[in-house]
Amino acid sequence: MTVSAAVRSRKAAIAAGKEARPGSGRASRRRSGGRRVPRRSAIPYAFLAPGFILFVALIIYPMIRAFQMSFYDWRIVAGATSDFIGWQNYVTAFHDRIFWRSLANSGAYMLFTVPPQIALGLFVASLLRAKAPGQGLYRLLFYIPVVTSWVVVSLLFQYLFADAGLVNYVLHGVHATNGHTSWLSGRWTAMVAISALGVWKGIGWSMMIFLAALQGVPRDLEEAAAVDGAGRWRRFRTVTVPAIWPALTFVTVMLVIGGFNVFTSVLLMTGGGPADQTQVLLTFMYEQAFKFLQFGYGSAIAALLTVLVFVLSVIQLRIFRNRETS
Amino acid sequence: MTTMSPAWLRPSRTGLAVRYILLTIGAVAMVLPFLYMLSTSFKGQQYVLTTPPQWFPHPATVSNYTTAWNSDHFPRYFLNSVVVAVVTTVVSLLLSSMMAYAFARFDFPGREAMFRILLLGLMIPAMMLIIPQFILAKYLHLLDSLTGLVVFYVAASLSLNTFLLRGFFEAVPAELEQAMEVDGAGSITRYWRLILPLARPALATATIFTFLASWDEYPWALTIINTPSKQTLPLGIALFQGQNSTLWGLVFAASIAAIGPVIVVFLAFHRHFVQGLTTGAIKG
Repeated sequence: MTVSAAVRSRKAAIAAGKEARPGSGRASRRRSGGRRVPRRSAIPYAFLAPGFILFVALIIYPMIRAFQMSFYDWRIVAGATSDFIGWQNYVTAFHDRIFWRSLANSGAYMLFTVPPQIALGLFVASLLRAKAPGQGLYRLLFYIPVVTSWVVVSLLFQYLFADAGLVNYVLHGVHATNGHTSWLSGRWTAMVAISALGVWKGIGWSMMIFLAALQGVPRDLEEAAAVDGAGRWRRFRTVTVPAIWPALTFVTVMLVIGGFNVFTSVLLMTGGGPADQTQVLLTFMYEQAFKFLQFGYGSAIAALLTVLVFVLSVIQLRIFRNRETS
Repeated sequence: MTTMSPAWLRPSRTGLAVRYILLTIGAVAMVLPFLYMLSTSFKGQQYVLTTPPQWFPHPATVSNYTTAWNSDHFPRYFLNSVVVAVVTTVVSLLLSSMMAYAFARFDFPGREAMFRILLLGLMIPAMMLIIPQFILAKYLHLLDSLTGLVVFYVAASLSLNTFLLRGFFEAVPAELEQAMEVDGAGSITRYWRLILPLARPALATATIFTFLASWDEYPWALTIINTPSKQTLPLGIALFQGQNSTLWGLVFAASIAAIGPVIVVFLAFHRHFVQGLTTGAIKG
């Protein structure tokens, strides 16, 4: 590549502006023809060392350690020895009723929160897509719950779903219930309240991703479909959905991972109670580790969750890829 | 050439009205809980859960705010949160921009492998590591200290920030850097004088996300901090949640104090938020 060509491709890339968006980084590197400083020297390692060493010590090492600990009867007390017990912690989990209930609750939370976040996020994004007055304001309002701390909104929803709270009052007002639902003291009503929080807090996030993706939908294709007499729904299915397929994949995978990682809202709204009825995997793991000091057992639960989430992600990616090609 | 949307995308007047009605319903659902919380923060304890509920506090009182502020440690929580978030952000941006510079501008053995290892940090949820990190923090004598918060917050933010910044650094024309090199500028000068100033928008995005993440973080702080004087705002607010009857006015006065700055920053810099989001690595 000649120098002028390199300059031109750089300029084009910068003019495109989106260059800097990570994800396109690899492509941009190829385009620029490898104009990096090619010397072999210690300089790059010197720049990397402080951050990378910290990262390996505090993230990668614990990652490996997490799996290792799950095979031990781990003793935190000074002087006590931790015994290797093989798969015993996993066996314990499989025989633990509360483990299965936690898993079911985490799964239920995922099922209650992921589809509404995708559907509503996409719906709001499509309403906000065309340039119209006030569009920016609506976007901000939908996004405010996303940037608010989980602690604050969890307490807020505990208050709204209190026995004498606003939710009961409104539901009674519209004659949907008798207004005496004790939301947070039953397993499923509590899961509904916790899920309501998850959806409310998450819509803005999926909306933003979908809005960005919708900018890339080719207008002429939609126009052609409209000229051909395709209705709104058909246009959406045949033109819009295929065009935003990568975003849809990304949002679904991230939300499923996020769903299984529900923790703070459950901890603060119900504490896993009453009587472990609303325990989810992470609150159960946390309680085993930091309340009962069962660090090995807690690690096994975390490891099971990691494997589960990983497998689910791979399955989803495969499904999405197959649908894309067919 | 008109900039208007094609006719089929331009909704009819009714269509437009329906759209605004739906959006307004949604927006109200998003904001109303916050407004109700704001209202409750001005109510006395006997008025927080009345039937029918009070939409507007009557009688209104600021006693929740004064009580919260004068309670033993609340100003301390606030100060701790500010210190932790600021130090975390500064250190994280320094370390991750240095790594991003190496990844974006140098060829060296192990570059791909190291970058991949770093990306693992985007995939592993923080909670999965909390047990071994606790053991590690105990071993390093970092339990019950603000340093223990900062060090682990920095580590947790490195992947995303390096990823974000690397993309920006790559967009800086190599010719500029070469010109500086010809003039005798070393790599530290080029990084500090050229790359960092040009990447200011990306640094702003990284700053906002890092600050916000450490400002809001709860599980790790809950795990390692015991001493009241070392607690951060999220811990302090959760502490106001009583065992039997929560003092809601107090909880929400404290909450408003905690989320107020965040919402102001968000409204001021929302463009950077969107940019960071579309990099697609923000875990909900």
